[in-house]
Amino acid sequence: MQAHNVRTLAGRDKHRHALRQYVIGFLASIVLTLAALWVGFAHGLPAGPLLLVLLLLAVLQIGVQLFLFMHITEGDGPPVHSLAIALAFLFTFVFVAGSLWAMSFHYMVA
Amino acid sequence: MSTLTWEWPGVHAAPGETSGEVSIEYSQPSESLKIFGFWLFLATDMLLFACLFATYVLLHTHTAGGPTARTLFDVPGFVAETFILLTSSFTSGIATYEMRRQRAGSVALWLVITMLLGMAFVGLEAKEFVDYVQMGATMSRSAFLSAFFTLVGTHGSHVSLGICWMAAVLIQVLRQGIHPQTARKVFNVSIYWHFLDVVWVFIFTVVYLTGVVM
Repeated sequence: MQAHNVRTLAGRDKHRHALRQYVIGFLASIVLTLAALWVGFAHGLPAGPLLLVLLLLAVLQIGVQLFLFMHITEGDGPPVHSLAIALAFLFTFVFVAGSLWAMSFHYMVA
Repeated sequence: MSTLTWEWPGVHAAPGETSGEVSIEYSQPSESLKIFGFWLFLATDMLLFACLFATYVLLHTHTAGGPTARTLFDVPGFVAETFILLTSSFTSGIATYEMRRQRAGSVALWLVITMLLGMAFVGLEAKEFVDYVQMGATMSRSAFLSAFFTLVGTHGSHVSLGICWMAAVLIQVLRQGIHPQTARKVFNVSIYWHFLDVVWVFIFTVVYLTGVVM
């Protein structure tokens, strides 16, 4: 194995920074989940705004996973893989929102 | 190997920031290519879940006189599943962190913790499914339940597969230590695990929480 020729990373500060990212990410994911539960069960909001707030919290939660945990911007060059992931998110949105939109016409075509 | 020398704004090589210094899992072209390939797999896997989500949001009101989301879902159960999976995503991140410090023993420990949390999650989900079936909420009861079991079950089978894969990576880390190949395997299984948490965030929000409160 031509293994250990990789330079061990400079300085403790980098490691401490990386560890801090994980801890912040973990705390953020817990807080965001608790916020979603609180907003959901507080019964303070009408359905439309409630759904919007919950989806916003979910998007923030996914940002935590992608940027603080998955290191999506990192790599050995330009992070071209993040384009593939971004495209997959766009397709996901189009699939779900497009299906809902198309099926909202059922009373016209049924 | 890297002929690309310009820097994207706000983007830097991981985590050593100075150019020419990349973390161990990207240190060989063959390994970084496999990481790139795995990102592409995650993108396509997301499309599978996109189809299942689209099906669910269209069919979740089609309960055919059977149980509805509001009457069926057990709040403490899915909240526990959520916190267990969030914690396991964090612990698998710590495994990646220790991998970059080339500490094989710590990597193994955090992988084991992640797998145990994963097993707890799968166990809770299996219990949840059994409870539903015993209440008569079977997969064939209504379109809502078909879509529910397909979506959540596909995620659960991904987690189960992830546990098996993580066990295989764990064995290799224990036997061979951390070198560029095992580092790449730890990295890939870890981003797979985070990805499953991303999918679960949507299941938690779209299926469980809105199902119970709206």
